[in-house]
Amino acid sequence: MIILAIDTSAIASAALIRSHETTDGDPGAPNDAAVLASFATEDTKSHAEVLAPGIRALLAEQELAPGEIERIVVGIGPGPFTGLRSGIATARALAFAWDVPLHGVMSLDALAWDVLAAGVPDDGAGAPGADGAAPPSSAPPSSVPPEFGAPEFGARDFAIATDARRKELYWARYGADGVLRDGPHVTPPGGLPAVPVYGAGAGIYPEQLADAGATCVHAFDAAQPTAASLGLVAAARIARGLPLADTTPLYLRESDAQVPGPRKRAL
Amino acid sequence: MNREAPLVLGIESSCDETGVGVVRGTRLLANTVSSSMDEHVRFGGVIPEIASRAHLDAVVPTLREALDTAGVTLDEVDAIAVTSGPGLAGALMVGVCAAKALAVATGKPLFAVNHLVAHVGVGLLDDGVYGGALPAGLGALLVSGGHTEVLRVRNIARDVELLGSTIDDAAGEAYDKVARLLGLGYPGGPAIDGIAREGDAHAVRFPRGLTQPKYMGTAEDPGPHRYDWSFSGLKTAVARCVEQFEAAGQPVPVADIAASFQEAVVDVITSKAILACREQGIRNLLLGGGVAANSRLREVTAARCESAGISLAVPQFSLCTDNGAMVAALAARVIMDGGEPSDLGFAPESSLPVTSVTA
Repeated sequence: MIILAIDTSAIASAALIRSHETTDGDPGAPNDAAVLASFATEDTKSHAEVLAPGIRALLAEQELAPGEIERIVVGIGPGPFTGLRSGIATARALAFAWDVPLHGVMSLDALAWDVLAAGVPDDGAGAPGADGAAPPSSAPPSSVPPEFGAPEFGARDFAIATDARRKELYWARYGADGVLRDGPHVTPPGGLPAVPVYGAGAGIYPEQLADAGATCVHAFDAAQPTAASLGLVAAARIARGLPLADTTPLYLRESDAQVPGPRKRAL
Repeated sequence: MNREAPLVLGIESSCDETGVGVVRGTRLLANTVSSSMDEHVRFGGVIPEIASRAHLDAVVPTLREALDTAGVTLDEVDAIAVTSGPGLAGALMVGVCAAKALAVATGKPLFAVNHLVAHVGVGLLDDGVYGGALPAGLGALLVSGGHTEVLRVRNIARDVELLGSTIDDAAGEAYDKVARLLGLGYPGGPAIDGIAREGDAHAVRFPRGLTQPKYMGTAEDPGPHRYDWSFSGLKTAVARCVEQFEAAGQPVPVADIAASFQEAVVDVITSKAILACREQGIRNLLLGGGVAANSRLREVTAARCESAGISLAVPQFSLCTDNGAMVAALAARVIMDGGEPSDLGFAPESSLPVTSVTA
C-alpha cells in the first residue's frame, strides 16, 4: 500500500510511504514501512505555495499514477492556524478527488517517532543528544509507535514542543515507550513538565524551560514534525490495527475575536 | 484544452462565503454557496479566523454538492479555477489549497483569478442582460462589504482598469458600522435598507465624502479623488448625530438617521459612478457585489443610468454576492480568450490589484 502523508503544522512537508496493510492480526509482527520519497521546507510560511507543487513532484519522481495512492494521512496539529489548514485542506481535497480513505495524526507524534528512532532516554538524566551529540540517524525505527494511552507519568518520559508563537509552545508528553501521556497543550514554556524536551519549540526557550526544571535537548532543538515520520507513525498504527484520528484540526486556541461591548454613550 | 465552451469548476473563499460553481462556456450549471455569516453576527462583522475555519469544513461538501447539481464529474471538468485575491489571507488560503490539490489530483489546468473581476464576469453569463456577449464600453460598479470600486472593462479576460475606489471603508462596511451604532444588528445592509423605508431621507444632511472641488477637479483637470469614495467620515458623522440626540436626552430617530445615511451613501456612490461612466465613455454599466441587493442603490442607479443614457445590468442576487460561479465564469472567459493556466506555485494575494485578472 502507498500512503501519501502531509504535514503543515510547522514546516510544510509531504512524503510517500510504502507499507503492508495488515500483519494478520499479529501485533508483534515487524512493520516494514519505508519512506519512498519526501520533501520538506525549511521555513514555516510558504505552505500554500510549495505544498501542491511538492506533492506533484513526489508523484512524478516515483512515477505514480493518482490511482496508486491508496490512503492519505495528514498532520492535524497543533500548529499555527493558517499553515495547519493548508495541509488539511490539501489532504481533504486530494482524498475527495481520488476517493481514498483520509486520516489524521497528531503532528507532535511525528517528532516523537524521530526521538524514539534515535534511541529513547535510558534514564531521566541521559537523554539522547543531551550532550550535544547527534542522534544515530541510522537507528531502525522503534517497533512501538507513539499512541494514545493512560496518563501514567514515568521517570523516562519526554516531551515534544513546537513553536506556538505568542511566547507559547505546543507540546505533548510521551512515555519512553512512545505512548502519549499528556497533551497536546499550548502553554508558555514554564508550563512544560520537568522532562527532556525535544523539538524546535525547545530551542527557542532553553532558559525558560530550565527554569521550569525541563531540559532542552540540543540535538533536536531545531527539529520539526515531518510528513515522512508522520506517515511512518500512521503505517505502524495501521499495521497494528490501531485506529487513526479524523482530520479535525487541533487548533487548541479559539479565534481572538471579542464580542463587542455596548457602545459608549455620549455623556 | 477545450477553448470553445470549457467546463470550469470555480472555488471562492475570499471572505465568509465558501462557493463552488460550475459553468460550461457562458452557461451556468451550478452555484453552491455555504456561508458562515451566522457565526459572525454576534461580533458585528466578519471574523477572519472564524471564516477560515468554516471554509476548511465547508469546501469539500460544497464541492461535492456543486458537481452533483451540475451533473458532472471532476474527471469531465476541463479546468479548475480559484479566487487568489483580493480577500482575507487566511480565508483565501483554504480555497487556494483545495483548488491546487484538485489540480494535482486530476492533472487539470488551474486558473487563479481576481475576485473583483469575477464579480463582473458573472454578469456576462448567458442568462444576463448581455446574453453571454461582452458589450463594448463596459464598466462595472462593485459595492460590497469589502469593496467599492468602479472599473472599465475593455477585455474581461485581460484588460481591466480601476477608475475609482473607496480610500477607506467599503460601503457595506459603513452599513455594518452604522447599523451597530443604531442598534440594528448585523449584517447592516438589509437592516438599514428595511428601516430606512420608514424614515425621512432628508431629515439629516450627512456628508458626501471626497466631493469638494479640491478632490474632484474638472473633467479636463481631474483632482486626486474624482472617482473615489470615502465613508469613514460619514460613519463618524452618524455617530456624532446619534450622540447629540442622546446628550439632549431625546429619543434617537433611528429610521430618519438610517434613511439619511443610506441616501448619502447611495447619492455619492451613484453620482461618482455615473460621472466616471460619462467621462470615460462607458455606455453599459454592470452593478455587482452584495450591496447590489440594496433597494435604494438599485433604484437610484437605475434612474441615473437612464437619464445618462447608460444601460444598467444587475445580475440576480445569488450571483451578486460572493460565489464560485463567478470564479468559474471568469476563468472560462480567460480560457476562451486563449489565456494560459497559472503556475501551481502561486500564492494567495490579499491585496491583488484589479488590473491582475489572473495570477
